[in-house]
Amino acid sequence: MSDVIATNQTILVVGGGISGMTAALEAAECGKQVILLEKSPALGGRVSQLYRYFPKLCHPTCGLEINNRRIKGNKNLRIITMSEVASISGDAGNYSVKVKVSPRYITENCTACGECGKVVETEFDDDFNYGLGKRKGAYLQHAMAYPQRYVLDPAIIGTDDASKAREACKYDAIDLDMQEEEIDITVGAIIWATGWQPYDANKIQAYGYDRIDNVITSVEFERLCDPHGPTGGKILRPSDGAEAKNVAMIQCAGSRDINHLKHCSRICCMASLKHANYVNEKYGEEGQATIYYIDIRAIDRIDDFYRKVKELPNVTFTKSKVASVVENKENGNPVLHGVDTEGYHRYANEHDLVVLAIGMEPSVPADAFPVDVKFNEEGFIEADESNGAIFAAGCSSDALDVNRAVQNATASALRAIQVVNNVAGSEG
Amino acid sequence: MSDMNTAMVEKYRNSFLSEVEANVEEGEWVKMCMQCGVCSGSCPFGPYWDHPPQELFMMIRAGKREAVLSSESMWMCTSCYNCIARCPRGLPITHIMHGLAHYAKRLGLAPKNQQTMKFASIFWDNLTKKGRVNELQLGLKLYFMNGFVEGIKTALCMKEMGMSMLMTKRMSPMEYFGGHSIKDTKGLHAILKKAREIEEAKAKQF
Ligand SMILES: Cc1cc2nc3c(=O)[nH]c(=O)nc-3n(C[C@H](O)[C@H](O)[C@H](O)COP(=O)(O)OP(=O)(O)OC[C@H]3O[C@@H](n4cnc5c(N)ncnc54)[C@H](O)[C@@H]3O)c2cc1C
Ligand code: SF4
Ligand code: SF4
Repeated sequence: MSDVIATNQTILVVGGGISGMTAALEAAECGKQVILLEKSPALGGRVSQLYRYFPKLCHPTCGLEINNRRIKGNKNLRIITMSEVASISGDAGNYSVKVKVSPRYITENCTACGECGKVVETEFDDDFNYGLGKRKGAYLQHAMAYPQRYVLDPAIIGTDDASKAREACKYDAIDLDMQEEEIDITVGAIIWATGWQPYDANKIQAYGYDRIDNVITSVEFERLCDPHGPTGGKILRPSDGAEAKNVAMIQCAGSRDINHLKHCSRICCMASLKHANYVNEKYGEEGQATIYYIDIRAIDRIDDFYRKVKELPNVTFTKSKVASVVENKENGNPVLHGVDTEGYHRYANEHDLVVLAIGMEPSVPADAFPVDVKFNEEGFIEADESNGAIFAAGCSSDALDVNRAVQNATASALRAIQVVNNVAGSEG
Repeated sequence: MSDMNTAMVEKYRNSFLSEVEANVEEGEWVKMCMQCGVCSGSCPFGPYWDHPPQELFMMIRAGKREAVLSSESMWMCTSCYNCIARCPRGLPITHIMHGLAHYAKRLGLAPKNQQTMKFASIFWDNLTKKGRVNELQLGLKLYFMNGFVEGIKTALCMKEMGMSMLMTKRMSPMEYFGGHSIKDTKGLHAILKKAREIEEAKAKQF
């Protein structure tokens, strides 16, 4: 890594999701030197974990493909995966950043042929699939992973599996002696784009995520619907592997609630509309989706989509925040209890599967942030002068959909460009 | 209708919500309700209410004064606090329920023969007499609360428990004649009298 060249005219982007990729590309395409750090082995962030995404219900491969091509064609952009920021010091126009790079154990010689993955036996919970499936100890994060390079799980280093993998590789790409590295770089501006994570569903006690197999979260549901996901795109219930045709979505699971996240996560209403649509597409008349909601917040272009979903005969909207979920022990069905607001009817409704429309919270909590910046009450980074040249992009700044995240990322790229332009100006 | 009720109707005319905000304990929270329904769904007595809390709050906003104040609903609350624990808006629902019940009673609008209210009155009279609860008298009063025949039936039902309490000295038959008391009952009565005066003076301001 000693060949990382950076100056105070370089822009550092932290986080390689759709926002970080966008910010990095916009700046690099304007001719600026950019370094992009990504914690995981591949770019794409949470968008790559969606089955499809609104408003047009495209497959994420499409949006990512475009960005990957832009990256490949750009000499100003340097990407470092499996890396995190250890510390930041200095001021706008002149920051010193320590970067910690974890070993991948696989070098650039890798052609992603997959031979190592075939011989390694140990399996691990697949975090890309939110633990719904298993992956090998030598793996490619997902089919579209950029860079197309395998990774060894650190847990197999020193075991037979590691040597087997090395022997299987025809390109001599496996280097079991790789070590964690720390590199120091100087940059002029920093774009922070580490995104969001799903709120911990176990904390919403009354919904029984921790006790009832067939209560899952919306991010997991995306993986179930994806043909590249753990079930090959079939909506199979965790308890017995049976196809779930009668699916309930519970809105505001962890959002708009003083006991959990106070803010509206803004995208989960639309995500559930999309999920109801998945159910409809998969099963047609045989499927049934029920959305339990306080009020549906479908913003701008999505309102049309809301109307379309509302017209589907097999999608029902129940205006009620579910009070509790209990399990029918005989068939594993979750039973939803509550009172609806349109007539105050008490219900106890049984479904095959319950999907919690889980809230979004910042992935790097305020107290773990490497440098002093302003946060709002919800822990998202506030745009504030005292932040110097540290600019939040995408879901580091708020709960946003892709459209808004990308707009926001472009804005932060412009802000960062102004800073490094000033540096260039004053240095002549 | 009580004078106070007439005065209140006059004063607040079209805004029952303002009336509740000004006169009911924690009433200023009512407008914070977003009608999600979690409280109603969480109440263990839910199926027995005419109007669960969520609905009562909406009725207050809709100005349904008579229907709210003469409702049995808020008297059903057992203070289990399930609703408070779950309300996403942090409404002190339990307290509002008791506040509404209390206000309805003060105005003389609470349903006649309301069981919870009756028990509360019996309990209050029993307690304030001597500053200590006289369990024997309270128990008997309670048995006969709904008439002689039912009282005898209940007493017979509870016979064994009563006997055991006597045997283990948890209750003394002598309590029937007077019973134990705090040291300064006069002082207690003076405090209660003063409190009542303050309360009545407040009510007169309306
Ligand atoms: C169920 C669900 C469905 C959704 N569906 C849609 C949809 O259909 N359409 C739509 O527009 N939006 C949708 N969204 C929202 C969408 O996921 C976000 O808008 C998008 O992920 C924002 O991208 P981002 O780059 O800001 O953050 P992320 O996608 O979270 O990317 C952040 C990146 O930063 C990396 N990172 C994290 N921490 C560090 C660190 N310390 N150092 C370095 N790197 C780090 C992560 O590995 C990740 O790659 C959905 C959200 C949910 C919950
Ligand atoms: S977007 Fe919808 S489901 Fe999500 S928090 Fe807001 S209102 Fe609730
Ligand atoms: S739980 Fe709270 S916000 Fe929801 S209906 Fe009840 S009082 Fe209103």
